[in-house]
Amino acid sequence: MAHGTGNSRRTGIAVFVALLLLTAVTVLVSYVDLGLWNAVVALLIASVKASLVALFFMHLKGESRLVWGFALVPVLFLALILLGTLSDTLLR
Amino acid sequence: MSGHSGEHADPAVAFESAKLGVWTFLATEVLLFGALFTAYTVFRMKYPELFRAEHAKLDRVLGAVNTVVLITSSLMVVFGVDAIKRGKARLFEACFGATILLAAVFLCIKYLEYTAKFHHGIYPRTNLFFSIYFMLTGLHGIHVLLGMGLLSYVIILSRRGRFSASYYTPAEMSGLYWHFVDLVWIYLFPLLYLIG
Amino acid sequence: MEGVGRMEAEGNGRGYLAERGWRSWAFTLDHKRIGAMYLWTTIFFFLAGGLFAMLLRLELLSPQARYFSNHAYNVFFTLHGAMMIFLFIIPAIPSGLGNFFIPLHIGARDVAFPRLNLASYWVFAAGFLVIIGSLVAPMDTGWTFYTPYSAKSAAAVTTLSLGIFLIGMSSILTGLNFIVTIHKLRAPGMTWHRLPLFIWGMYSTSIIQVIATPVVGVTFLLLAAERILGVGFFDPAKGGDPVLFQHFFWFYSHPVVYVMILPAMGIVSEVIPVFSRKPIFGYKAIAYSSVAIALGGFLVWGHHMFTSGMSPLANTIFSLMTFFVAVPTAVKVFNWTATLYRGSITFEAPMLYALTFIFLFIVGGLTGPFLGALATNVQLHDTYFVVAHFHYTMMGGTVMGFFAGLHYWFPKMTGKMLNEKVARAAWALIFVGFNVTFFTMFIVGVRGMPRRYAEYLPKFQVENVISTIGSAVLAAGILVMCWNFLHGLRKGAPAPANPWRALSLEWRAASPPETENFHEIPHVTDWPYGYGTPKA
Repeated sequence: MAHGTGNSRRTGIAVFVALLLLTAVTVLVSYVDLGLWNAVVALLIASVKASLVALFFMHLKGESRLVWGFALVPVLFLALILLGTLSDTLLR
Repeated sequence: MSGHSGEHADPAVAFESAKLGVWTFLATEVLLFGALFTAYTVFRMKYPELFRAEHAKLDRVLGAVNTVVLITSSLMVVFGVDAIKRGKARLFEACFGATILLAAVFLCIKYLEYTAKFHHGIYPRTNLFFSIYFMLTGLHGIHVLLGMGLLSYVIILSRRGRFSASYYTPAEMSGLYWHFVDLVWIYLFPLLYLIG
Repeated sequence: MEGVGRMEAEGNGRGYLAERGWRSWAFTLDHKRIGAMYLWTTIFFFLAGGLFAMLLRLELLSPQARYFSNHAYNVFFTLHGAMMIFLFIIPAIPSGLGNFFIPLHIGARDVAFPRLNLASYWVFAAGFLVIIGSLVAPMDTGWTFYTPYSAKSAAAVTTLSLGIFLIGMSSILTGLNFIVTIHKLRAPGMTWHRLPLFIWGMYSTSIIQVIATPVVGVTFLLLAAERILGVGFFDPAKGGDPVLFQHFFWFYSHPVVYVMILPAMGIVSEVIPVFSRKPIFGYKAIAYSSVAIALGGFLVWGHHMFTSGMSPLANTIFSLMTFFVAVPTAVKVFNWTATLYRGSITFEAPMLYALTFIFLFIVGGLTGPFLGALATNVQLHDTYFVVAHFHYTMMGGTVMGFFAGLHYWFPKMTGKMLNEKVARAAWALIFVGFNVTFFTMFIVGVRGMPRRYAEYLPKFQVENVISTIGSAVLAAGILVMCWNFLHGLRKGAPAPANPWRALSLEWRAASPPETENFHEIPHVTDWPYGYGTPKA
């Protein structure tokens, strides 16, 4: 898996800056009362940050479909345990 | 002692196997933290006022600083792996060393936060919000500590001359683990500190 | 067997067993030795757990608590369940037979991570030592450790939680190793559709181990935190929810029953074609149904909780999913039956156990829907009907499959043959004893006898006495079988490389195999089920 290694450092810094900016945004937004939308926005931003880390720092971008499968399938099970439990606790 | 030559003599297969192994391990971590995230969600939905009131007692600024610390530590890992891919072992060791230092800073800040809470009489048993807070950040903190150990071990391997531009598997694999630790915090921070 | 490399020597050299000394075992990286160590250990706990079962059956001869106190009885059924589940049935086939045979089946020299494999055994050992340590204040909570009682019980729950956490870690490491091994170390030409069905079963099992086990790990961590730190996730007095414990516990513990059954089904899929001299019918159906069972098994955990106070929606969804998950299992039964049809069937011990599996698992499986239907569940939950159901599936199923595998692979692992007459005699005792022990439980269960009580209404006594007699016969059969194994180890006739004339790759290796498994890695050109042709 040969990347152009100069690319790798530059990409890393670009992603780093993006992560810092997104962190700043999410903190600033948290001071504004948007009701339920605070949670939505915060989680959305967190997911963008997580995707950046996964795609670029963890090299998912450019990996085989097999590795993508290993990375994504657990998230499906996470959704399952969440939704399954909530289908009970929320609706009692 | 055992005949496991043959396949493992092919470095490409060994590297891909290691990578699949680490991603499989990370899958277990997703479910490990996932159960705690589920507990968080269940109780947040059950006690919204409690969560709103108690989360304000967390220091958002310290949390944000810790987020920056971890993100920077991940960048150091990226630089480190890049360095060893170019055969630069000393630079690699310096970068991973910086990661460990930043991890230590993270843990110090968490220590300050924890002791501040204890000083105010807030413990894991105080209420459900803080039960969740301490369990989630505690489990995460244990992973940070273990990560520091893992990265130190990899640095020691490098000092023994084990790595080169053609073999750096433990460096890359431990880097993957570290990024995951960062990734968990990326979710922990808003869930605990920011959402009211 | 076209172009796939020559047979290894028929020699009866010691192979992987040659090197001696405790260090050659304790620090081995050889998957066969690690598998053997797991087999010895898990069989030990099978017998230990069985001893507790005999104590239960002794007490149940009488409607009153005659021989033991209620507390002692509670400890016995907890230890019986916990030992059997965590220390025997979950690790036995995967970590025992799986470790031994997965590399051989795929034409590899070892698993992907041999050192991790050794670590998994020692983590397992640490786990069972901690669990044994917890016997200073033995568990009386039932193997399900439900809160609130487990959070308050005077038993050494925290210690036990640590022990189970370690056992779980061992399980995860094994599953991880197998997944990567199966993906990456298959011999040239061994495509996914040329894999033995045991491998499809083990692959599916490993997915479950990796995804489900962490959740039970966290569950026990939270239980320990409840006891030590006073957190209140499961404590109503602190705003917590005891049913949340059950969600987390069963999210693992239901899929884990598929960890138990899938490897056994894999063994049955291996044995049936060999002893019918017919290709397996519906290879792809069996292969894919293994994966379907693994995935579908994650959708039904709430069916253990129908009477716990869950929402009606959750109850309904889990019940519906439970009915669906039976389908892939039925697919397998149809395919095995079709394989047998018009086969040249012989009844050596492996085949006797494989056929027993099919019969008893059908009984156990058919009693599942009664539990999965909401209305009948209310009547049957926590009765002996449930106890009978899971013993038919877990013992009539998995344990019979395990015995089939042990008898089938004994010559390969040890280089010796078992005494076939004694094996069949033991089987007969086990078959009769098992059914007499457990069938009566369906009856008393439907009539209302609850589980986990030392005392019961006098109207249930006749069936209980019959059941205890059955358990004595079952125990006798198991002891005869164990004697046969020990006798075979010492004095068995030398085994040829391929006593059953089977086609999967492990039979190309010597009996017992050399440490490196094969002199040359085979090149595979066909699936391993070409029976009934002139070549096999």
